[in-house]
Amino acid sequence: MLLDAFDIFLTTGFWVAAIRIASPLIFATMGELICERAGVLNLGIEGIMTVGAFTGWFTVYAGGDLWTGVMVAALSGALFGLLHGFLTVPLGLSQHVTGIGITLLATSLTYFTYRVALSESTSPPKIEPFQPYPVPGLSEIPFLGEILFMQTPLTYLAFIVVAMVAWVLYRTPLGLAVRAAGENPVAVEAQGISVTAVRVGAVMVGSALMAIGGAFLTMSAFNSFFFEMINGRGWICIALVVFGSWRPGKALIGAILFAAFDAYQVRLQQVTGGVIPYQIFLMLPYVLSIVALIVVARRASYPKALMVPYQKGER
Amino acid sequence: MRLEPKPAPSMAVTLLYPAMAILATFVIAAILVMIAGAAPLQVFGLVIKGAVGSQFALVETLTRATPLIFTGLAIAVAFRAKLWNIGAEAQLYAGAVMTILLGTGAIAAPAFVLIPVIIVGAMTAGALLLLGPAILKTRFGVDEVVTTLLLNFIFLLFVSMLLEGPLKDPMGLGWPQSERVVSEGRLPRIIQGKRLHFGFILAIFSALAVWLIMAKSVLGYEMRAVGHNPQAARFAGIPVNRVLVKTALLSGGLAALAGVSEVAGLKGSLTLDISPGFGYTGIVVAMLALLNPLGVVVSAIFVAGIFVGADAMSRSAGVPSYISDVMVATALLSMVTAIMLTRFRIRWR
Repeated sequence: MLLDAFDIFLTTGFWVAAIRIASPLIFATMGELICERAGVLNLGIEGIMTVGAFTGWFTVYAGGDLWTGVMVAALSGALFGLLHGFLTVPLGLSQHVTGIGITLLATSLTYFTYRVALSESTSPPKIEPFQPYPVPGLSEIPFLGEILFMQTPLTYLAFIVVAMVAWVLYRTPLGLAVRAAGENPVAVEAQGISVTAVRVGAVMVGSALMAIGGAFLTMSAFNSFFFEMINGRGWICIALVVFGSWRPGKALIGAILFAAFDAYQVRLQQVTGGVIPYQIFLMLPYVLSIVALIVVARRASYPKALMVPYQKGER
Repeated sequence: MRLEPKPAPSMAVTLLYPAMAILATFVIAAILVMIAGAAPLQVFGLVIKGAVGSQFALVETLTRATPLIFTGLAIAVAFRAKLWNIGAEAQLYAGAVMTILLGTGAIAAPAFVLIPVIIVGAMTAGALLLLGPAILKTRFGVDEVVTTLLLNFIFLLFVSMLLEGPLKDPMGLGWPQSERVVSEGRLPRIIQGKRLHFGFILAIFSALAVWLIMAKSVLGYEMRAVGHNPQAARFAGIPVNRVLVKTALLSGGLAALAGVSEVAGLKGSLTLDISPGFGYTGIVVAMLALLNPLGVVVSAIFVAGIFVGADAMSRSAGVPSYISDVMVATALLSMVTAIMLTRFRIRWR
């Protein structure tokens, strides 16, 4: 049995699943990371992912094509980001309370809309989701090719987003402004750049990414929308941002490790064959998130102005 | 734009903005009702009728308000000290599990002994559940928002495991359901034949007790000081971490009472769906009450009225009952905005 438990790591199927499970987490973790680097905690993440999962899927269900669905998901996420940004940045409301409020609002609005739009259907309707797209050439590489380059296009997009976020944050004036808004907003204002604009913009872009993360679930991993499908993934992403010390690369590794663990517990459940209650396995990802937070807590370097509202002309 | 503090907001202003927030909530709900293809005024009429329109409706609203008062108090206490306890849902279930452990025959005692034992045991369980995140916060600097949120998922899975294992009712026909609380452990009904039980009275007394603690005790003063400015509180010699831990114990204990009330008062046994998110709704209840313990009673009844009324309306008017969740969330966001507007003036420039 112990050997079986270890053999799981050697199967390509396991790693293919791990990358697939990581994809929505990567989008949403990058989204949260952008918000927090600009100084705004976004607890709306769980609700915004729900919105994205629904709007993206519904667009396709209503006859749009898949990429239009992704765009619609991103836009609806950005809209909730705008609301969160407006309430927390210029109005300076509590980021905790507002974020929870956004999650409650986004989730309930989604469920309400679902019931209004699909009142007659009893089983969740299905769409034709994204199919795996083997990257020409690269997918021929043994083992690695199958794991990394025979995924759906949204998974490739997730990795591209990480590279883009890292590049923008560390290599462009815009990224400098975003990072400075989260560390030392007075310095941003001194450059003649509006802290409000940078922060609200970052929250909108970040929320759009969270929504795409949600949409991955309904448009790539599965093919229909059901209630409570986000199931705490948003909260896990908040832990992943801390675990990744607010750095895109580290957060990516965190997301993949986490997803590998998640894929592993599902398979381990089958190997152990019901000796251990299945709830124990389902708990592990959440427990792991808390453990990860404890491990990194001592050396966590929060963006200095995270959760500190900025008022122009105040010192 | 920038914010300028208002010197001393008048009484009219302090009431006007929250009133406008409630109005805004109804306007947004009206738009959604129209989208759903119904007439707003008729729907609101049905909601009000379903919430307070008859003795049955009123009793139902107060019954639904009972757990919300407890979770609302739990949040109000915690948020006052800026301890972000988002885990009232798990603490509620901790109280419910303890109620089953103590109340299904493990202790043979008359009601006046058993009920207090259940209450103390449940409060301890809820308090201990929040003690973990509180210590992680004070000792290791781990953000309690994430830990309490994640604990909700962990604890619900734990309850599911108990209900399919050791706590499963052998007579339950295979359903994940616990045995029933013995009659000595049940909270008696207030009115014979109605669902309203003594949990409601306990909730009112809890609100009074929490108000006394917050307004009159040293601990209450320290909690407010820590919430207002932890650095200043520490400088003034207040043991900030110890206050946070005490706050956590009180908050977790209060949330657990919601579990006692639902299991020993209303349902009689434990299932996985005894709480449709009372822990999260408690946040809204507490914020609508401006974190005032006595205000929590009023806002819990208001929120419960929306839920109960919307359920009744949904059956007859065909508008999804999720409208109530939307209204509650909108009320939260518009209320925090309104409170800000009573204190600050926006200057556009």
